Amino acid sequence: MTIETLVWLIPLPPILAFFLIVLLTNKNKGLSHSIAIGAALLSWAGSMAVFWQAVNTPELGKNPIVSTYKWLPLGDKWFNIGVQIDPLSAVTLFFVAWTILMIFIYSVGYNNYGQPKGDHDRPGLQPHGATVIDENGHRHRVPSIEPMYSRFFAFIGLFAFGMYTLVVSDNLLTLFVGWEIMGLCSYLLIGFWYGKPSARAAMIKAFMTTRVGDVFMLLGVVYLYAQTGTLNYRDIFYNEATLHTLATTPSGILGLSTSGLIGLLLFIGAVGKSAQWPLHVWLPDAMEGPTPVSAMIHAATMVSAGVYMSIRVFPLISAGMQEGGQVTSAMMVMSFIGAFTALFAATIALAQNDIKRVLAYSTISQLGYMMAALGIGAYVAATFHLITHAFFKALLFLGSGSVIHGMEHGVLHTDDSIDPQNMFNMGGLRKKMPITFWTFLAGGFALSGFPLITAGFWSKDEILADAFGHGHWAVFLTLAIAALLTAFYTMRQITLTFLGEPRTKAAHHAQETPWTMTFPLVILAVFAIGIGWVGIPEHFPLLGGLIPNWFHEFVGGTLLEHPVGVEFSPWPLITSLVVALGGLALGWTVYRDIPANAPDPVEKALGPVHKVLKNKYYFDELYDFLFVKPAFWFAETFTSLWMDRKVIDGFLHKVAQAVGIIGNFFRNKIDKPIINEFFGDGIGNSVKQIGQDLRPIQTGKIQQYMMFGLSVIVFSALFFYFFVLKPF
Amino acid sequence: MIPISWYLIFAAALFAIGLFGVLARKNAIAILMGIELMLNSVNINLVAFWRYLNPEAINGQVFAIIVLAVAAAEVAVGLALIISVYRKRNTIVAEDIDMLKF
Repeated sequence: MTIETLVWLIPLPPILAFFLIVLLTNKNKGLSHSIAIGAALLSWAGSMAVFWQAVNTPELGKNPIVSTYKWLPLGDKWFNIGVQIDPLSAVTLFFVAWTILMIFIYSVGYNNYGQPKGDHDRPGLQPHGATVIDENGHRHRVPSIEPMYSRFFAFIGLFAFGMYTLVVSDNLLTLFVGWEIMGLCSYLLIGFWYGKPSARAAMIKAFMTTRVGDVFMLLGVVYLYAQTGTLNYRDIFYNEATLHTLATTPSGILGLSTSGLIGLLLFIGAVGKSAQWPLHVWLPDAMEGPTPVSAMIHAATMVSAGVYMSIRVFPLISAGMQEGGQVTSAMMVMSFIGAFTALFAATIALAQNDIKRVLAYSTISQLGYMMAALGIGAYVAATFHLITHAFFKALLFLGSGSVIHGMEHGVLHTDDSIDPQNMFNMGGLRKKMPITFWTFLAGGFALSGFPLITAGFWSKDEILADAFGHGHWAVFLTLAIAALLTAFYTMRQITLTFLGEPRTKAAHHAQETPWTMTFPLVILAVFAIGIGWVGIPEHFPLLGGLIPNWFHEFVGGTLLEHPVGVEFSPWPLITSLVVALGGLALGWTVYRDIPANAPDPVEKALGPVHKVLKNKYYFDELYDFLFVKPAFWFAETFTSLWMDRKVIDGFLHKVAQAVGIIGNFFRNKIDKPIINEFFGDGIGNSVKQIGQDLRPIQTGKIQQYMMFGLSVIVFSALFFYFFVLKPF
Repeated sequence: MIPISWYLIFAAALFAIGLFGVLARKNAIAILMGIELMLNSVNINLVAFWRYLNPEAINGQVFAIIVLAVAAAEVAVGLALIISVYRKRNTIVAEDIDMLKF
């Protein structure tokens, strides 16, 4: 089997698993998860083989692994689709394969495989726990298995198919197909517990919000196709002539070049998918899905797709940028939205108490980091952060799921009706759940950018160094503040959850989760620490040059012009050290000794600002007022009452009346008198009458007939004689 | 030789007598006899015309013989019908045999 065939085969197992589970093995829970995990394992193995091959190919950027075939005849040429593994897709494939496999394994434990059936569980609602009686006759409440267990694995299988398709495809169209498959799966998974009204609302919100971005993205794809006649990455992004043409053709809108406008349209798609301001509102609500597996899918995998696409189209966005000169206006927009989102989401995360929501906002913030990095041209740094973030955010989400799972166990055990996701109900979990604690700590430190040992430090530092080195002061400062806040709320989360003493009885009875959940945590923790070492800058003091900066060399090859690493400067390094350590220390100091039922200390310090943050700057309310309410008003008052009832129904009623009148006219004036009476009854009656009139002729008397015949003959003869022959 | 008109006048008289019998008599057998008269008057005409106009050919005689044969067959059928009707209705008066009327 050639490596190209293998690339084609990577997305296949999960979709086969999806169909197998949906069609055949739905009833059998164990078989279903075996099929799903087996499929994920196959895809993982294929991805690793492809990744290894890609890494060992010299100059992969120039000679990527490519395989295409003719798909759609368009006039006199063909639309080709295919697969392509260049350095960017290779590294993306690497983290996608690992995270997806870990999610699949984790789902087994998270959905309580092996636990008894719930007492009152119904499909569409969270499992509520089961009562068991042990050998001593004691009654216990324990977690119960998810009623729609197999369906969950089917959905994440389809999701994995979408993500793999997106990564291995060589053109924007198949990327968009995978993109939309993931959109559908996120809709299905957010609303997995469709019995909850909040989950239903969240699923619709997520779908509608991302749809806004997708429409623009599709416009961008169509525009790009109209301009270049191809959607293939290499034909556009690795082709100097095409890029130059696009960069120099004005689009006529807002003074942008064609490439800038297309790039911006595609970027809006990424804004929707990666939950950037102003389309960020769906991601926190997506936490309604089964904690945290789907949350993790949404936050660590799918949203990465938006950034991946932005990195993909970076040559288009940056086309026309002079070496070391001014950034293009599309990049300006990108860096502004990215940096703004990074800070904006980080401030909201300060005031959230739900363990998952904090992570959701931190995801938005980190994705903003990547967008901002792209916006200032830090291509490799953005990719680097994308990968490290995927690993440590996956770890954090799975860790938070593990925490919630342990808390739910405690809640069931104590029959204490508290929210198992509220961090203020936790505390002291490090002793109860040691594996979860240590792995979560690794993830949290990576997110905060704890110096030297964590992956997050290297990638974040690279972005800051890039911003500093190229003199983007606004972006640098914004991101530095956001990093400080990130470290602060991460430490707040860790302290509230794991340190100190248990604040509730449920936290006291929390339990470590089964190995199917802790094993993925450990694997991901290894990556969260170690993945950063592949990208240590060359000129870093002491460590630089010990390990070559492999990542920069490798990923940089995706671009036509190999990006140059920035000069080392101590200032961004000092900044990132200060913000990371300062934030962590501050978080620990503030939240160290919070007794049960105590208010959040930050609430007092910030005063009314805290309320604004807690309510997410009232963006939900604003959108409700600006879009949802008018849409409802429009639907009810305008469309339903006025347009539908009055105009359309009125018109239809009038038409119906007119038809009725015409019908009556025809019936009374034409059908009844002419057709019925004249033709119908008239002919019948006259035939009857004539028959009656002629009846007496039939006497039955033979001699009368003969007389009649004779007289006819005689008269005929006479007539013939006198009038035809005319003898006289 | 007797002029042909005599034969024709005789045949016409015979035909008229037969026709009168057919139309006026009540007895079905008498009506049948009237028909025989009419047929035979035609035979007289046929033979007369043959003899006077075309004596070399034989067709006039053949015609007459065919008419005789048909008349015989007709009488056989007619008498059988009359017997059958008599058996059914106990009458052979033509006026009473009116089963075909409305």
